[in-house]
Amino acid sequence: MQKSMIGVGLCALSLAVSGLAQAADITVISFGGAAQKAEDVAYYQPFNASGAGKVIAGEYNGELAKVKAMVETDNVSWDVVEVEGPELLRGCSEGLFERLDWSKLGDETQFIKGAVSECGAGIFVWSTALAYNAEKLAKAPASWADFWNVKDFPGKRGLRKGAKYTLEFALLADGVKPADVYKVLGTKEGVARAFAKLDELKPYIQWWEAGAQPPQWLAAGDVVMSSAYNGRIASAQKEGKKLEVVWAGSLYDLDHWAIVKGSKNKATAMKFIELSNKPEYQKVFAEQIPYGPTNKNANSLLDPKIAAGLPTAPQNLEGALAVDTEFWTDHGEELEERFNAWAAGK
Amino acid sequence: MNPYATPLEKVWFWAFRLFCVGVLVFLIVPILVIVPLSFNSSSFLSYPLAGVSLRWYHELFASDEWMSSIRNSFIVAPAATLLATTFGTLAAVGLTRGNFPGKAVVMGILISPMVVPTVIVGVGMYFFFAEQHLLNTYSGLILAHAALGVPFVIITVTATLQGYNYNLSRAAASLGAPPLTTFFRVMLPLIAPGVISGALFAFATSFDEVVVTLFLAAPAQRTLPMQMFAGIRENISPTIAAIATLLITLSVCMLLTMEWLRRRNEKLRGSGI
Amino acid sequence: MDTTPTALPLSDDGVPLKVRLRRAERSYKLRSLALIAPLLIFLVLSFVLPISTLLYRAVDNHELADAMPKTVAALDGWDGNAIPAEPVFVALATDLRDLKEAGRIGIPAKRLGYEISGFRSVLTKTLRKLPAPDAQNVRDVVVDAVPEWGELRYWKAFERAAKPYTPRYLLASVDREVNEDGQIVVNESSAFVDIFGRTFWISGVVTLCCLLLAYPLAYWLSVLPPSKSNLLMICVLLPFWTSLLVRTAAWIVLLQSGGLINGGLQALGIIDQPLQLVFNRVGVYISMVHILLPFMILPLYSVMKGIPPHFVRAAVSLGAHPFLAFWKVYVPQTIAGVGAGCLLTYILALGYYITPALLGGPDDQMVSYFVAFYTNRTINWGMASALGSLLLVATLLLYVVYGKLVDNTGQSGRK
Repeated sequence: MQKSMIGVGLCALSLAVSGLAQAADITVISFGGAAQKAEDVAYYQPFNASGAGKVIAGEYNGELAKVKAMVETDNVSWDVVEVEGPELLRGCSEGLFERLDWSKLGDETQFIKGAVSECGAGIFVWSTALAYNAEKLAKAPASWADFWNVKDFPGKRGLRKGAKYTLEFALLADGVKPADVYKVLGTKEGVARAFAKLDELKPYIQWWEAGAQPPQWLAAGDVVMSSAYNGRIASAQKEGKKLEVVWAGSLYDLDHWAIVKGSKNKATAMKFIELSNKPEYQKVFAEQIPYGPTNKNANSLLDPKIAAGLPTAPQNLEGALAVDTEFWTDHGEELEERFNAWAAGK
Repeated sequence: MNPYATPLEKVWFWAFRLFCVGVLVFLIVPILVIVPLSFNSSSFLSYPLAGVSLRWYHELFASDEWMSSIRNSFIVAPAATLLATTFGTLAAVGLTRGNFPGKAVVMGILISPMVVPTVIVGVGMYFFFAEQHLLNTYSGLILAHAALGVPFVIITVTATLQGYNYNLSRAAASLGAPPLTTFFRVMLPLIAPGVISGALFAFATSFDEVVVTLFLAAPAQRTLPMQMFAGIRENISPTIAAIATLLITLSVCMLLTMEWLRRRNEKLRGSGI
Repeated sequence: MDTTPTALPLSDDGVPLKVRLRRAERSYKLRSLALIAPLLIFLVLSFVLPISTLLYRAVDNHELADAMPKTVAALDGWDGNAIPAEPVFVALATDLRDLKEAGRIGIPAKRLGYEISGFRSVLTKTLRKLPAPDAQNVRDVVVDAVPEWGELRYWKAFERAAKPYTPRYLLASVDREVNEDGQIVVNESSAFVDIFGRTFWISGVVTLCCLLLAYPLAYWLSVLPPSKSNLLMICVLLPFWTSLLVRTAAWIVLLQSGGLINGGLQALGIIDQPLQLVFNRVGVYISMVHILLPFMILPLYSVMKGIPPHFVRAAVSLGAHPFLAFWKVYVPQTIAGVGAGCLLTYILALGYYITPALLGGPDDQMVSYFVAFYTNRTINWGMASALGSLLLVATLLLYVVYGKLVDNTGQSGRK
């Protein structure tokens, strides 16, 4: 017994060592779930087939702490990470990501606004919107004001646990025009107004943390409405659930690829990003999951039916609001803390 | 029961029993309830079962993520158990050989991994291991899990050693056996039940540990509890019920082994050794 | 050991017996220590040291000094009464240029933002309007472009952030902060005192519930014949050996609104609407009591097993009412077990993270959740360390009490 245990121990050590030896491959870390499956089909597999390298896929929940610890201690084992806008800006300004040489990544003019940045390359446009179960609600809600209307729409509501997106929705429900949301939220009174609006709904809110929760809760009838990522609702629709999305008042933002500072495989990582910037692969991605392509040329390749369900479709953009990443980089920490204190009962 | 009991006493007697049985049911039911659901042919986690099928086990064994997390757990847990048990048994022998100044403090330190909140262990190790280049490595995870398993080895082995007669070691030594031989040929066989139960505890600790692992492990070292945590958070599917059933089977095996060891130990003590 | 004590003061080789005995004892002790040493060293390196770094990080304040070394050095010895002189501004401009070059402006911006929330944008504004490296009158140029640099409070905040150690994280953990005049004031929008209070409260409720459920059961198990009690003990030990995540998952399946309990109650017609049993305090209490109950039952059982039943019988035969006899004679003998079980349960409950995270709502989270939150989400490691340190101190204090209690009675739980 002792001997076999030692064997396992040595095996463990050798595995740890072999992890270091595979330097030719790149480790690509994304958020997991349905989007990662789509990324696998659209980007990882073609990249593996291209002969430029091999993708080792991993997932995390968007927290930069691991990246920071790796960079600070010069112990970088991830190459490419998927990040949201505010994290990209923050990580870029704290020296966590490599600066990108866009001359190697494709024609800058082909991309939508925000996709081309110092440290990041936009992968896709996602949207977080009001979703509801058409089978359980007699009348369809049309706006965030309806979301706050517990008289006509009795029942629990799902919102993402955190200040980001929640405060915007509160202000929209309070009658602030989409264009003014961040202006209002930038003031002390605006923040107080958003929290006061949230106070109204507090007893009715069931907070979600994982993107998979809202469609489940909606389908099970735990909540009557919820904020949700449009891609998650679309996959629930595919499974035959009667879930609907209200595009007006939705928030959209980009997810980006970034290369971790000090990556030993920067050249391969650049090749990977170059491939995923190409319209033909972005088209495949949008076919897998309804998130909008960042390369404008991909739109013309898409089936109009699919294109109409993307956050980037013109009719869906009407009344939608772009997430102000700079606002969240500057105020995120403060507002998240305030949100915690508020949620904790203060 | 006392045949002369008053009606009030009778009511009290049965109420008391009912309460106790209720507590036992509370303890065991959640564990029993999840087992049949893993054999449900539909994807709903509810009774009555739609039909019996092994589809969720097929799904479990076909999934790369689940299989690699099971593999990782079977790399980390045995290695951590080996470390904790070896060091822990030696230290327990040292601790029971006699008193020395500062023994209480030493004992306190050795048991502390059991009481320090795991989040604090996780965050502390996260900062420290990052500097030592142990973050996101199997070695780091093994060291962390070994540290968490140590108190259980110390407690069970010291408890067993309290029943050990040191005159046996002395007799062996006086007959010319070197200390190592004495340990392996005389002491270890006798305290083996304690050592094995300590090892089982250490194994279970590592096999179930999720908080520290969340801090220290990268996707490549994802262990079974980490995968379960992500799964429970995302979606409690019948796959979770299937893996839960497998883990409950494992717990039953460990429990039976412990019971067997305990009986063996009692018998040995009873025979006067 | 080869010498037997005799009346002779000398042993065979002429050394006084006392000395030889002491020598033998010392080498015996040293060998004992040598056996403990490997584990102790291992634990110190892999456990004690990491946790000590946590305590250190709670007061550590090196970010600004690392990111803007020239300004921090130039500001050393500043009297704090007037806007600093030209050399400080030159150093500031140089530091900012270096940071821009390295793409690391976010690090000092983040740290200074803790002091004054607008400081971040002050830095980025300055970055855009930096004077040329060889410019004269840097001070005037900078203050002209970004008037905040002409305000004393920004410089005072800068100085506070530049010190090698800071009390700010520890203060913030108890809802206090240092204001611009250097006084400690209450931070109204912070809720950590409440959160600590909630952590102690939830742990207390869970401990009490565990005691109320465990005491009768442990008593029953201890008086049953061994064949029966061993069988029933399985119901206690199986959950004990079952993975925490399995039990948590099982509780979600049972408690969720479409879950078994709600389904059962609705089928029986007891309720119309499903009860809210998860994502709130009820769910946290139920699952935590379930998980910690064995830790209460096992020490109680081992104490009760050792109490001879004839004491109570004697009291009853002398005419005491059975309840009185139980209360006056039996219960006092179990106090040690109750104390040990309660403290163990309480200590373990204090550090809970997974169960409230999966079964609770945002107002059911305990301190551990916020330690993880600051570590991973906002990457405010000072804050995470400070909260963690306070929780650690509370736990260790209780642990010392527990150690004393277990030592005095000579009883220890089975785990």
